[in-house]
Amino acid sequence: MGEIEQMKKEAEALKTQIEAARKAVHDTDMASAASGVAPAPRVQLKTRRTLKGHLAKIYAMHWSTDNRLMVSASQDGKLLIWDSHSGNKVNAVPLKSSWVMTCAYAPSGNLVASGGLDNMCTVYNLKTPVIKTVKELDAHTGYLSCARFLSDTEVLTASGDTTCALWDLETGKQKTVFLNHVGDCMCLSLSPDMNSFVSGACDSLAKLWDIRDGQCKQTFLGHTSDINAISFYPGGNAIITGSDDCTCKMYDLRADQEVISYQDAALNSGVTSLALSMSGRLIFAGYDDFNCNIWDSLKGEKVGVLSGHDNRVSCTGVPPDGMCVCTGSWDSFLKIWN
Amino acid sequence: MSNNSASGLVSLQKSVKQLRNEAGIRRIKVSQAAADLKTFCLQNAHKDPLLMGVPSSDNPFRPPKSCALF
Repeated sequence: MGEIEQMKKEAEALKTQIEAARKAVHDTDMASAASGVAPAPRVQLKTRRTLKGHLAKIYAMHWSTDNRLMVSASQDGKLLIWDSHSGNKVNAVPLKSSWVMTCAYAPSGNLVASGGLDNMCTVYNLKTPVIKTVKELDAHTGYLSCARFLSDTEVLTASGDTTCALWDLETGKQKTVFLNHVGDCMCLSLSPDMNSFVSGACDSLAKLWDIRDGQCKQTFLGHTSDINAISFYPGGNAIITGSDDCTCKMYDLRADQEVISYQDAALNSGVTSLALSMSGRLIFAGYDDFNCNIWDSLKGEKVGVLSGHDNRVSCTGVPPDGMCVCTGSWDSFLKIWN
Repeated sequence: MSNNSASGLVSLQKSVKQLRNEAGIRRIKVSQAAADLKTFCLQNAHKDPLLMGVPSSDNPFRPPKSCALF
């Protein structure tokens, strides 16, 4: 019994030490540091496309690296592949389980993946004459909340079982399991150099992981509720998170702490999704109140809003070339704005 | 020792090890971090279509003004 008490004391002492170390380098915050920066222009984007085709709530979308195709997932039990330029549907993938929560496009454009309450990540080959299921990645003991391809042979998943995992697509097995969260993992984002990723969970923490050694390197505190959305800042030195506590936050990895919070007293809806513009200056955050608010990431001010959906905005995405932003909603539509 | 306290101890030991690792990282000053983020953002601003606006001639999502087929 004495040993447990000792360990608990040591844990508390270490937490205090970390807090003190963070405070010691906290000589300013992002908004103050950016006070001399010219405000971002008032951002007024127009809907250029409304993609109609899903018959139920859209839960996820992901752009292809070709900046043109995108995949969306709906609880109507389908993945739809869209040509965003023409607005046409290119492919439809019927899902075994309609309770889908995530979808992903492989960087090569050859594969897409989906997963949800079936606890599995299913990978499909788009390039065979008829779309085929390539693998069913089955080992999580909770729902699949997010999946991302590193390549045609490796996939990262985040799960309601509180773990994230790296899978080998050739064997269909988990190569690495990332254990440390104590709440459902809700989202993940790969670093630009692909050596690490960050995850957000219902324990209100964001964690940075080394993909190869499986270790949690850093833990980011500050949110007071589930983190539903997370993204690396371009350049890789910071991350942005969105939470049910109605705020988004930027954490700098090298300072190991929150450097700015994006919030407004008038906003009392949770953040469901987020995406960044190419330079990182603009944050597009989807909320439960049917809107997508646009934040100046440096100054912390709201600079625009995308209104047009008739239900919760569940997913947002900016293609690699930064030419537009796509929002997906429980109203069953996707909209493309620029 | 009962099973519960044994697994509780193991779990605590893991937490302490994790906290030790996290405590040991090097941290830079927020002023330095913020300056670097600011620089990155501003240097890339001119390449950011959503920030700069997309001229309709270059916008793949806008229909061309005229469509000459001859």
